[in-house]
Amino acid sequence: MSTHNHDTPNPYHDSHRDEAQNKALAERVDKIEALLLEKGLVAQDALDKLADIYENDLGPMNGAKVVARAWVDDEYKKRLLEDATSAIAELGFSGLQGEHMVAVENTPEVHNVVVCTLCSCYPWPVLGLPPSWYKSFAYRSKVVIEPREVLKEFGTTLPDDVEVRVWDSSAEIRYLVIPERPEGTENLSETELADIVNRDSMIGVTKVAAP
Amino acid sequence: MNNIHDMGGFTQFGPIPQETDEPVFHSDWERKVFAMNIASLAFLGPVDRARHAVERMNTKEYINSSYYERWLRGIEIMGKDLGYLTDEEIATGKAIQHKEMPHPPPNAEMVEGLIRGGAPATREDGRLEPVFSVGDIVLVRNLESKGHTRATNYVKGKVGVIIKFNGSHLLPDTHAHDLGDNAQPLYTVRFEAKTLWGDNVDRKDCVYIDLWEDYLEAAE
Repeated sequence: MSTHNHDTPNPYHDSHRDEAQNKALAERVDKIEALLLEKGLVAQDALDKLADIYENDLGPMNGAKVVARAWVDDEYKKRLLEDATSAIAELGFSGLQGEHMVAVENTPEVHNVVVCTLCSCYPWPVLGLPPSWYKSFAYRSKVVIEPREVLKEFGTTLPDDVEVRVWDSSAEIRYLVIPERPEGTENLSETELADIVNRDSMIGVTKVAAP
Repeated sequence: MNNIHDMGGFTQFGPIPQETDEPVFHSDWERKVFAMNIASLAFLGPVDRARHAVERMNTKEYINSSYYERWLRGIEIMGKDLGYLTDEEIATGKAIQHKEMPHPPPNAEMVEGLIRGGAPATREDGRLEPVFSVGDIVLVRNLESKGHTRATNYVKGKVGVIIKFNGSHLLPDTHAHDLGDNAQPLYTVRFEAKTLWGDNVDRKDCVYIDLWEDYLEAAE
């Protein structure tokens, strides 16, 4: 993966706020939270549960299991491509922002990459909450018009004859990319394969590298 | 609504900020904003309303806000719209007025049920029979919208091909404004890069986007 953009200060870096800004935001958030609790719009145990689930239970390790299964089991892959919501539920993953799943397969001829230009829709049950770069204006705006330039920022260069398909998640359908299985992984187990599948490859900005 | 959230096709926002070993939340206030948004959906939702609240932000404020800052503004906007919060309360954090709540807030068990079970957008009533078939050529109608819509500007007036019918999904354009589900056929439509970005484009790229039947008309 390219490293030259990593952690570079950028006015549009969604997560970068200095100490004073974070302090002011924390105070503003605490006021709203106190109001919502006092007025009975939210319950404290529900807030704690939400943070716990999205920090600990849901993340790209789920999607990686789906991809690894598709790589080792042709019948499963067929079901995944026909009805991803059901196939993903077979492995125990379903729910909010994953109610209507579609899996798209990368091949030597076709490369798929996913975005939500209007907000930052993302398949939470299989990938967790999106990284800052996925939510950035730079990514949301540019990948539909210059996908190859965007992929290069992630260190992914594709031959001219590969068709790049950008999936803009404008409705409640959520997309999971099945990356190509790298050469030299024939002897890896399903668990070992899941370990090499990373988040960015399931969004479609990188390929999976052999270990 | 025409605003900067509809940003597909801009190219000058600079390099994409990548972060090594990024945490799920960068600070406790982000964690709290996320949790409040999902937990309060029972009163402030549906999600279409939440998206539209963020879309209504002042353009300059939107562009200068981080993701969870925009979500925070969304809570304030919806809270005020629906009569749960006032400006004075937001400024002070002290409740002044108390609106009668129709039911208690969802507890931990209920939000976990929502997360695991989801909230499907498909409906069994409404318009269920698709007008268009796979392979049909369609034009995205150039509809003015002063409210919420999921028809992006970069496909309006453009011609694409239907590649899939996804069943009938509730229409965000009405659902966001308490004007009904209006479930109708949702299609995945493919647009060639040349069609979207210019006659001189020779890149072999394309965009697939999901569009409701009311956004589309038949084209040659």
